[in-house]
Amino acid sequence: MTWSDILLGILKDNDVRLVTYVPDNVLTPLIKGATADNYFMSVGATREDEAIGAVTGAYMAGLRGVVMMQTSGFALLANALASLVMPYQIPAVMVISERGTLGEFNIGQSLVARTMRPTLDALGIVHHTLTDEATMPFIVDNSIKQAFSTQAPVAFILSPLLTGGNPAARANLRR
Amino acid sequence: MTNERASVKTLSRAALTKRLVQSLKHDEAVIGGIGNANFDLFGAGHRPQNFYMLGSMGLACPIALGVALAQPERGVIALEGDGSILMGLGCLATIANLKPRNLTIVIWDNGIYQITGKQMAATGGATDIVAVARGAGIAAGEWVRDEAHFDKLIARRFEDGGPVLLAAKIDDEPGKVQTVRDPSLIRNRFMKGLGTSRGGVLDV
Repeated sequence: MTWSDILLGILKDNDVRLVTYVPDNVLTPLIKGATADNYFMSVGATREDEAIGAVTGAYMAGLRGVVMMQTSGFALLANALASLVMPYQIPAVMVISERGTLGEFNIGQSLVARTMRPTLDALGIVHHTLTDEATMPFIVDNSIKQAFSTQAPVAFILSPLLTGGNPAARANLRR
Repeated sequence: MTNERASVKTLSRAALTKRLVQSLKHDEAVIGGIGNANFDLFGAGHRPQNFYMLGSMGLACPIALGVALAQPERGVIALEGDGSILMGLGCLATIANLKPRNLTIVIWDNGIYQITGKQMAATGGATDIVAVARGAGIAAGEWVRDEAHFDKLIARRFEDGGPVLLAAKIDDEPGKVQTVRDPSLIRNRFMKGLGTSRGGVLDV
């Protein structure tokens, strides 16, 4: 099984049915897999904070959800996390494909990537960087269960070590 | 294109919110957007299916969308200010494509950012929010002509299709009450109202 199949399987095991996303190259197998599977309700959002809002409403109405996004998209979320997810204690599951590191050609991506972990840390949001298929099932399954048990969000950062990164981005690297 | 906003009656947000709340007969969920939209919802009399936003400006419609997707047999109403919806117009396109028939969006349009000092919003100028919604793909977008028209629009049935966006031109009155500022309590009570609380015996 590939990392994307593993991840979708764990979402299923934990009744996380609503898959919201803003498209990204690295996320393609996740988005394709979710939209092809009737178990999931897939929602393409125009912005990441919109997806957070939808997942918040769905959770309160009894449907568990995940927001999939890219590093730069996470940078749009500070207010939605600080004034909705955290104070209302919403177990929002976030899956972030990591750009800006280990072979990035775009200076904007490499800079915005530096805001991600400090933002998560500033808000005290639990986050795990997934680097390999061997350890990710334990990390993801237990952390999703912890999120819903403790009414707290969780972020999974998909390292290029796990996903291979964005081939288009690497192709643009200068020698 | 003409802006229909100019031709409709100026109404009271507080009065329309009361009319809306009094018309609810099926435990509909109501999401009150940040600021005056949720102050007036709170002021109309708390009900268990009310959710009050105390931040995250612009996310009333996405939150309502999530509720509507999770509980497709429950009517869901988002109350949002014009300044707030301008902050996240993209959600109208998302909602138009998903077509949740149980979702109604009400935009309170006074053309200003009332709560921050009455600065003019784009809606007070060239922008017609109903035309924006229709352009996004929400075919059932209408300006509220008067109180009776509001009652008629809000009484729609799921069979008529959806989603629906109603825009009411309102005056510049601020909300008269402040919502209780306890987000976890608000969330907990809302979930109890929607039958999704895990409180069990604690919910008595």
